[in-house]
Amino acid sequence: MYNVIIAGVGGQGSLLASRIFGNVFLSLGYDVKVSEVHGMSQRGGSVITYVRAGERVASPLVSDGECDLLLALEELEALRWAHTLKKGGKLVASSQRIAPMPVITGAASYPTHEQVTAEIEKVTSDYLFLPAEELAEQAGIARASNVALIGGVSAKLDIDEKVWLDALHATVPQRFLEANLKAFELGRNYK
Amino acid sequence: MDKKLFIGNGAVARGLWEAGCRFISSYPGTPSTEITEVAAEYPEIYAEWAPNEKVAVESAIGASLAGARAFSAMKHVGLNVAADPVFTVSYSGVNGGLVIAVADDQGMHSSQNEQDSRNYAKASKIPMLEPADSADCRAFAMAAYEISEKFDTPVFLRLTTRVAHSQGLVECGERSEPACKGFDKNPRKYVMNPGNAKARRVVVAEREKALDEFVETTPLNRVEYFDKKIGVIAAGVAYEYAREAFGERASYLKLGIVYPLPSALIREFAANVDELIIVEELDGFIEQHVRALGVKCRGKELFTYIGEYSANMLRERVLGEKPEAAAPAAAPARPPVLCPGCPHRGVFYVLHKLGVNVCGDIGCYTLGAADPLTAMDTTICMGASIGIAHGMDKIDSSLSRKTVAVIGDSTFMHSGLTGLLNVVYNGSTATVMILDNSITAMTGHQQNPATALTLKGDPAPALDLAGVCRALGVKRVREVDPFDLAAVESALKEELAAEEPSVIVAKRPCALLKTVERKPPLVIDAAKCVKCKQCLKLGCPAISLAAESMVIDHTLCTGCGLCEKVCKPGAIVRR
Ligand SMILES: Cc1ncc(C[n+]2csc(CCOP(=O)(O)OP(=O)(O)O)c2C)c(N)n1
Ligand code: SF4
Ligand code: SF4
Repeated sequence: MYNVIIAGVGGQGSLLASRIFGNVFLSLGYDVKVSEVHGMSQRGGSVITYVRAGERVASPLVSDGECDLLLALEELEALRWAHTLKKGGKLVASSQRIAPMPVITGAASYPTHEQVTAEIEKVTSDYLFLPAEELAEQAGIARASNVALIGGVSAKLDIDEKVWLDALHATVPQRFLEANLKAFELGRNYK
Repeated sequence: MDKKLFIGNGAVARGLWEAGCRFISSYPGTPSTEITEVAAEYPEIYAEWAPNEKVAVESAIGASLAGARAFSAMKHVGLNVAADPVFTVSYSGVNGGLVIAVADDQGMHSSQNEQDSRNYAKASKIPMLEPADSADCRAFAMAAYEISEKFDTPVFLRLTTRVAHSQGLVECGERSEPACKGFDKNPRKYVMNPGNAKARRVVVAEREKALDEFVETTPLNRVEYFDKKIGVIAAGVAYEYAREAFGERASYLKLGIVYPLPSALIREFAANVDELIIVEELDGFIEQHVRALGVKCRGKELFTYIGEYSANMLRERVLGEKPEAAAPAAAPARPPVLCPGCPHRGVFYVLHKLGVNVCGDIGCYTLGAADPLTAMDTTICMGASIGIAHGMDKIDSSLSRKTVAVIGDSTFMHSGLTGLLNVVYNGSTATVMILDNSITAMTGHQQNPATALTLKGDPAPALDLAGVCRALGVKRVREVDPFDLAAVESALKEELAAEEPSVIVAKRPCALLKTVERKPPLVIDAAKCVKCKQCLKLGCPAISLAAESMVIDHTLCTGCGLCEKVCKPGAIVRR
């Protein structure tokens, strides 16, 4: 069983990211379930999406402590969901920081990067932050930070690059495909 | 045959198509909306958004009587609205098959309550199927039509958030379309006056008996024997949680039909296992039935009536196995917010500033209740804002001088019109504000009778919201641009003061619509910013406080210009 959680802010494109993962696992021949979030939380709320692959997948949800790979589209969301990782699980996160409303109103403060990584290290040392937003802007499409991040993930997983590219072809609308492929490459080659 | 990934709702749509469904009328509601949206893409299916669920179901009944396979989808609370026709079409039965999907939202991801729709099946004596994954969704939609036509009954398809919105593998087939039967002109069956209804009541009782027998043998209910120490009875996603938690360490009676329940099959399964456990979210619907049979079981005593279950929870409560998971780190919450550039924002900013009471309603604008706008005092159900303001007025009409009923365009047409009619007819002096953002936004941007387009994308006559209010008898009706804060404020002050019913239509399209032009982002001139934080009171997610001054996130800002209007020192500028 391989368990992935994609965490982000509503509107950031976790849905597309989850569909890309779903397609990747599908073409590797696994049973797949992807649990999406629609509705209220898509209005800028904290959103998590689950992708599970294996011989036979029952629950569409990933239980706390069983996540192999956490993909976080935003730094605070990496912190919020780090506890879902199994010990030593992988975390790939965007270093983009989007202030939630309690931070904007002054009711809470956004933790520093050091506070975030200190918490993450309690669960895993296998983590990577990358400037997905900048990479996406470099690729010419600001909204493709999700795909840049997936590029970063792809470099950490033992899955043929072609499988990822096929999944991008299958899920990204034609008009945005070229820029997304570029964002993927930038993420994949980020050191 | 190739297997493809489908979200549950998409798989239901596929099943409807394969079953030859020709007609769909629905009203959007999370988590049911995508069934109708996906089905509308099949050219063989006529699909529409009705103004509300009651009209949707009535239209589907009409299509069924005209001889076609018909369908309607709604969220759980939508069934409250549609309940009236539903309870009686149970008596009259169908001509073409009639399937009604109802999607429950345990955990209240996007809902105002978490009612359990299975109770409706029992109360209305309508059979209910519950799929557990996407493959079931397709297969059960098709099976529902067979049952509907075989037993002359409408059939419920119950979905839940985790089934409706999870993707899983589905093996598809082709469409086979039964010939349209033509209108069944049969007043004794369809005119439910007391005389005819009494006769149909007996038919329903006979149908219930036949269905009781059917559910004992249908493959929709399935027994899976593994280790027999624990036997689990479950349906829908609860079955998947149980399979995940116990694997082959338990045996399962997976129910595909949750009403009526197969009593003999339950007894037989119970006799074959050492201990019987009922796993079901929300009410103890199956458990009550099992206990009434005199069969010993455990269920709610182990679990809960509230919210969603998980595999970890089942493992812990049944097997005593604690999961190995870190504790969640403390992190500031991230509640949903009105989008940057949202047309609703200015209205709530002014309502907050005026300090008036706000009878709210359901839609994106319910987010006006949240910090920092905090301008909402009531939200009960769709359309309630106007009725509540009317009732308050009748107890103390001075309340109307400082109370505004706020309602979205889609919600007004769904169930606000009759409330406004009551205001006029029974003479209260309520002030109503219709937030017309030219779309049904909260549920993912559906067309409605005021947007000039149908679900299929065809042009349609657009309802004139101000005109319809006048036609209902409201004399004071005016329109404002919600980005014009001064105009919103003066309109509110004048209409609140007026001792008669009044309506203000705040008109500006949702910022996420493709037709809305995004302007260049605004910037903050740090030299001029005095850090008074006035702009933060707008609750725009694009503005926040950095070390030196406020900052605007250029990737989020839509250039709507509201913040520019509230910044007294003029520190917010267009570049
Ligand atoms: C009876 C019922 N049906 C459906 C819903 C789901 N629902 C919540 S808000 C909403 C529509 C809101 O549209 P509108 O009033 O235009 O406000 P907007 O979201 O566009 O601001 C719907 C359909 C519900 N809560 N209750
Ligand atoms: S989707 Fe439209 S109406 Fe809803 S919060 Fe965003 S801008 Fe406002
Ligand atoms: S102009 Fe101001 S209020 Fe409007 S979206 Fe940009 S930052 Fe927010």
